[in-house]
Amino acid sequence: MPIEIGRAGKTSSVLAALLLVSSGALAAEAAETTNAEAAKPTAAEKTPESESTDWQTWTAGTSVSNTASLQRGARNFVAYCIGCHSLRFVRWSRIGEDLHIPVAELQQALIPPGDKPADYILTSMPAKDAEVWFGKQPPDLSLMARERGVNHLFQFLKTFYVDPSKPTGANNLFLPNAAMPDVVSSLEGLKKPVYKSAPGKGEQEFDHFEQIAPGSMSAAEYDAFVRDTVNFLDYVGEPSQLQRHSMGIWVVLFLLVFTWLAWLMKQEYWKDVH
Amino acid sequence: MAVQPASAAAPKKGFLGWLDKRLPVTEFIESQLTGYYAPKNFNFWYFFGFIALAVLVMQLLTGIFLTMFYKPGDTTSFESVEYIMREVDFGWLIRYMHSTGASAFFVVVYLHMFRAFLYGSYKAPRELLWIIGMLVYLALMAEAFMGYVLPWGNMSFWGAQVIVNLFGTIPVIGPGLVEWIRGDYAIADATLNRFFALHVVAVPLILLALVGLHLVALRRTGSNNPDGIEIKAKVGPDGHPIDGIPFHPYYTVKDTVGIAAFLVIFAIVVFYAPTFGGLFLESANFGPADPVSTPPDITPVWYFTPFYAILRAIPDQRLGALAMLLAIVAFFLLPWLDRSPVRSIRYKGWIAKVALGVFAISFVGLGFMGMRPPEGIYVVLGRTFGALYFLFWIGMPWWSRWDSPKPVPERVVYHAH
Repeated sequence: MPIEIGRAGKTSSVLAALLLVSSGALAAEAAETTNAEAAKPTAAEKTPESESTDWQTWTAGTSVSNTASLQRGARNFVAYCIGCHSLRFVRWSRIGEDLHIPVAELQQALIPPGDKPADYILTSMPAKDAEVWFGKQPPDLSLMARERGVNHLFQFLKTFYVDPSKPTGANNLFLPNAAMPDVVSSLEGLKKPVYKSAPGKGEQEFDHFEQIAPGSMSAAEYDAFVRDTVNFLDYVGEPSQLQRHSMGIWVVLFLLVFTWLAWLMKQEYWKDVH
Repeated sequence: MAVQPASAAAPKKGFLGWLDKRLPVTEFIESQLTGYYAPKNFNFWYFFGFIALAVLVMQLLTGIFLTMFYKPGDTTSFESVEYIMREVDFGWLIRYMHSTGASAFFVVVYLHMFRAFLYGSYKAPRELLWIIGMLVYLALMAEAFMGYVLPWGNMSFWGAQVIVNLFGTIPVIGPGLVEWIRGDYAIADATLNRFFALHVVAVPLILLALVGLHLVALRRTGSNNPDGIEIKAKVGPDGHPIDGIPFHPYYTVKDTVGIAAFLVIFAIVVFYAPTFGGLFLESANFGPADPVSTPPDITPVWYFTPFYAILRAIPDQRLGALAMLLAIVAFFLLPWLDRSPVRSIRYKGWIAKVALGVFAISFVGLGFMGMRPPEGIYVVLGRTFGALYFLFWIGMPWWSRWDSPKPVPERVVYHAH
């Protein structure tokens, strides 16, 4: 029956179009949050990103579905970031709920003494002092991952180097003249950039980092540390993404079934149209 | 399933009868739905009008809920949007439906407009229908622009700065006009609050009124169809067009399928790609408005970029703004620029087909160029697409007459299922 074939062709082309649109949407999302599938943030499996000297191509490879990584990231944040940075839109209790951390453990391991679980995550550093010490107030990190993207945060945290000309003694390749001191040097160690002369240009360009003092972590361990921290910042940028990802599939499935039923009803009615 | 002819309806009894004596309920349903005859040969392109109406309703509903939690003000807007995203139950879903809905609205409206280009739906007697539709499009642009300012992110601020300053290019009254729009010497709290008032009250009222008029005009002329033939010309013994079928139930059930399929795609975006890679929600807008920190690239949201590319293609700002205005005004003149004797692309010759193809490519091309930084090859391409875009419009009175159309059939082409 030629009509049947024609109809099948039509249906399949509509399906193909749907698939195209949805895969485009997913690709866009992947580009946004960086190939979440590609990299499981376990330090042992992954070669250190710093092996590629082109730091602008480094990707964070984080995934907010990795709860253990988010928990480690929260720990890292409390240990290394909260001294200066706040998460003014995030409550401790929300982190506890989303990352499956019991309240007792939350209070014992993460919440600073005196703060309650319902409190927002705020630094205790006075803003006025910060401006005197660093020239500006350290930015709030609630939305930093959404604004800058996880790859850029990853690149920023991995390109600190020793620069005696700066008041903090450190500089950064991603964000030259960054006001932020190299607070992770105890983990990563100290490194300095080695430049090469760029062909055709008078200027020198960055070639690679040279380790000048070891830190407490290996290169792979430090990569995992940064990845967990950035992953946590990705999560706090939009805590609802956990809900969104798990709920969406059911909504889409329901709508697909509804579309199919609606199509059957339409076919029934349109039998009389000649 | 036989459908009752509308005119044969006897007075209703019971509650409906009581109601009909006081309010023309049955009469309205019969004249607008069961007794409104639409061509039976609608294809894929005819889904988008109904979908646009559905998106409008969705935007109104989600907008009402957002208004319950949103607090306009230069120190409260950004915070309240994050409050909605994080602390309001399903606030994130409502906000993403609204932000994705804005983009979806334009996707649907652009496809709806392209349908009119394909099948000549703007040609007599539907000129006014087309013009009212264009006014809906203009109101939608204003609505979307002011809505984008409300989260008071950094791109909201700088986007508003760029767009509002365009009015400053108007000779003589420009600078004063800009100040009047802003309500301050800079984009500030006063601007944000008036945009809120316009976004949630004034423009939605205008939109609803125009959409209502659009439907009234459509009921008067009747729908065009993919063959571009007047179905009213061939009337059967029952007084209805032979090639027409009652809108309800036939098109209500068919459009239900269209809306359901649309919602599948919509849900995939809302749940899995709400920022759409920075196209629907730009990353710079996740930082609060900062008058001293200009984003590296100020680009409007994707649906404005074709016109933005035209603005930037011309080095002089005043001429650029004028070209942008003309690029929009051209649409209003379409019914009179097109001199082709046939409506549908199906019966037009190769010249019209090539011209429409060039137009579509240049419009989409301009859209892409409007998102790129204005440098190097993008400038060249932007100007090329811009030139093609205007050639399409300016040349239309001539190329539409040089085209050699094919004979148009007596009845619409329809293959029963």
